[in-house]
Amino acid sequence: MSTAELVNHKPGRNYLLSAVAIVVSIVVFIIPFAFIVLTAVKDRQQAASLDFSWPHQLRIVQNFVEVVKARDYMLVIAFINSTILTVASVAGMVVLAAMAGFVLQRRKSRWNGFINFLVLSGLIIPPAVVPTIWVLQKFGLFKTMPGLILIEIAFGLSFCVLLFRAFVATIPRELDEAATIDGAGPLRLFFGVIFPLLRSVIVTVVVVQSVAVFNDFTNPLYFLPGDQNATVQLTLYNFQSQFSTQYNLLFMNILLITIPPLIMFLFFNRQIVAGMTSGAIKG
Amino acid sequence: MRASAPKAYTPYSNWFYLPSAIIYGVLFIVPTFASLYFSLTRWSLFESKFIGLENFKLFFSEPQLVKGFTNTLIFAVVTSGSKVVLGLLLAVLLTSQIVARGYLRSVVFFPVLVSTIGVGITFTVLMNPDHGLINGGLSALGIDGPGWLTDPKYALLSVAAVDIWKGVGLATLIYIAGIVSIPREYLEAARVDGASSWETFRRIVLPLSRPATVTVIILSLIGGLRSFELIWAMTRGGPGFTSDVIASVIYKQYQAGFYGLSTAGNVVLFIAVTAIVLPLSYFLNRKEVDL
Repeated sequence: MSTAELVNHKPGRNYLLSAVAIVVSIVVFIIPFAFIVLTAVKDRQQAASLDFSWPHQLRIVQNFVEVVKARDYMLVIAFINSTILTVASVAGMVVLAAMAGFVLQRRKSRWNGFINFLVLSGLIIPPAVVPTIWVLQKFGLFKTMPGLILIEIAFGLSFCVLLFRAFVATIPRELDEAATIDGAGPLRLFFGVIFPLLRSVIVTVVVVQSVAVFNDFTNPLYFLPGDQNATVQLTLYNFQSQFSTQYNLLFMNILLITIPPLIMFLFFNRQIVAGMTSGAIKG
Repeated sequence: MRASAPKAYTPYSNWFYLPSAIIYGVLFIVPTFASLYFSLTRWSLFESKFIGLENFKLFFSEPQLVKGFTNTLIFAVVTSGSKVVLGLLLAVLLTSQIVARGYLRSVVFFPVLVSTIGVGITFTVLMNPDHGLINGGLSALGIDGPGWLTDPKYALLSVAAVDIWKGVGLATLIYIAGIVSIPREYLEAARVDGASSWETFRRIVLPLSRPATVTVIILSLIGGLRSFELIWAMTRGGPGFTSDVIASVIYKQYQAGFYGLSTAGNVVLFIAVTAIVLPLSYFLNRKEVDL
């Protein structure tokens, strides 16, 4: 007997409740997504009526080509920008946070309390926008891709350090000692022995953070303005005013930028769940 | 006197902190401290003039800025409270023996991963007062739906509803993890003692999913207080400034070039988040020990 059955007592399945749940889920969750897909493949006039109806003519390819070509292939540039941003910042987060999380878990010193405090601050404190721009400007990084990458790393580190610290605790210290006796220095120990063992938590961090960075709108808006630098979320924002009469293209754009998270969801559902519920049981 | 013993060799080098510490320190900690000073100035990014608490006085006297502050609190409390209640109910439902459980879990969770701006634009269209699908559906039921985003009475709460729609999947997921980790012996014992479903929920599931509740409350409060993207995508703080929150005020003042005032908004938000979240998490975690 499953835990669930014990909670609910009733042997067998509750078909009435199931039917209600499925109908409600269709109305509340499926219809908005179906609306996106349907509007994305309509022609311009029909899309403008904003109703929920079957398209008179399926314009999947035409709408796709049109939205890609809009404003000198801005969407293509944006996808390239978003890919660079996501890959670079997530790679940076993983390596830096794994190193910090490893030492934080292994080495007990009087600084630990302070470091933990800093890590938690990063989760709670909202970043101060204009002072961050001011600092970026001092380094000539404002309105540059490397600047935005560093920003995403800085704001994402806390979450990653917590996950890595928790996972490192499950790796036996004897392993470190054996490697050290065999003559491995700190770098060799970490990158040669520990880092490969972190694989499962690395997958979790990569999946969760790449969805977060890919979907991020606020930081590119503040720290990387300008059409040439647009990330995919900003194209949506730019098209929102420009395409106010071309809802089919606007929704085609929404559909296109929903695909990467959808792929992540289909392939890495388990890791996403693991990452996002990591705080649930311990509190 | 003996010289202090040479330090024992440790393979856990403090150098490992260095890259993180530099990036985090320069791009997060320095701006946070700088904001405390610049919020007290009139500031053009190149020069700043100290004006004391003027920005804060303005923040709490100008009606549209005050509105942003109260809206932030309302938005955070409404979304957080709803996510706790709905998340728990959905989690109980989705751990019970119902048909299509996997489908339901996926469909509730998927919006969490979708672009906030995309969701905002979609619901702006769905909430269109005349042509939108929501009012269309309501009128089919004989209900005259309001202008969800155009009526100042409803704008903020409509955005909050969409935020709940998008975020409840995460709360549900956290509760599911909490409920699944309840030892089955407790549930078996309750069953043997003849507890009803409600009693089992009230006496066992609810108290034992307390860590999940704490996580959901804290996470959704932090997210709700800092919320910007959805509001910006749906109403831009409008109509007028009736659905402005602190984060949108920060952006508007930044765009207008009032950097000192914008930074003061950041400091107000910082204080609001810590003043609410820290005592609350202390209180919630302490009571857990008492149990």
